[in-house]
Amino acid sequence: MLSGMDFTDTQLHRYSRHIILPEVGGVGQERLLRSKVLVVGAGGLGAPLLLYLAAAGVGTIGIIDDDVVDLSNLQRQVIHDESALGRLKVDSAAARIQALNPDVRVEAHPVRLTRDNALDLIGGYDLVADGSDNFATRFLLNDACFLAKKTLVSAAILRFDGQLTSFKAHLGAPHPCYRCLFPEPPPRGLVPSCSEGGVLGALAGTVGSLQATEVLKELLGLGESLSGSLLMMDTLYASYQRITLKRDPDCALCGDHPTIHDLSAH
Amino acid sequence: MSDVTIRIPTPLRGFVGGRDQVAVPGATVREALSALTAGQATFQDRLFTAEGDLRRFVNVYLGREDVRRLGGLDAPLPAGATLTVMVALAGG
Repeated sequence: MLSGMDFTDTQLHRYSRHIILPEVGGVGQERLLRSKVLVVGAGGLGAPLLLYLAAAGVGTIGIIDDDVVDLSNLQRQVIHDESALGRLKVDSAAARIQALNPDVRVEAHPVRLTRDNALDLIGGYDLVADGSDNFATRFLLNDACFLAKKTLVSAAILRFDGQLTSFKAHLGAPHPCYRCLFPEPPPRGLVPSCSEGGVLGALAGTVGSLQATEVLKELLGLGESLSGSLLMMDTLYASYQRITLKRDPDCALCGDHPTIHDLSAH
Repeated sequence: MSDVTIRIPTPLRGFVGGRDQVAVPGATVREALSALTAGQATFQDRLFTAEGDLRRFVNVYLGREDVRRLGGLDAPLPAGATLTVMVALAGG
């Protein structure tokens, strides 16, 4: 079904495989074109995530990353290439997105997410996707999204394992937040980063593509949200396991007696 | 005492010879994890605090349920149970 939006002939052609889906249609495609998504991290997860969101016609995509493209990134960060070495990742990704789909408005934020800028950056978007590479950013982003009442689609990878879920604790029970899953970050040195522990390049593509799927489902209101469960992936054994993720009444952020009311602790 | 199957995430497989799952004896979660980590102080330190509690960045599931909601480390395990160990990941 088409909507009231005036698609151009080019757009009707470009998005025809979406529009022909009864679950999406013209109304859904219009919704995507009007949506604003913030992607934190233009790395392994961010690369496929950004490409699929751009290809799908998500109208405004914000990208946060303060890093530059390094040769060691190209084993998995397929949105960048050798011509971008040394360039800001947000600029490299923005150029690739514009080449893929000029319908998309890219907002590049070449900064690190901090307690001082998080709420302002997040506030302008409908939904946030976490593809960051460290626990400090993940906890900050969780808290900021809860306080700003934004849905957070979160993925993480290491070695051959992936984890994917959605957090929308701002909607209240029974939705959990990241702190219900992990109340506090691990002590330094106990969980390696990808640069320390390694990661299979194609795993980033697998998990980042699933993350893009969940973002599109959330924007379109399709299917069953991953809020309340988490998908664990072990690619060495092609094993996918979905576990239950419940709201913690003692959660410091979204529990019955919260102690976190702002971002000052970050 | 029946065997319990414990599924191990790849970041911890170095402690179990690279295996994805290990069968150990145990009637409770604590007994099974103790058998899993027996004789490996570093592995024990990765899973447990000095007080013997599960670390907060480590979750253990019986089926789809977090064992913390089933009685914690003292949760009884049915015959043939499968536990899944999950550690927090932050890579992107």
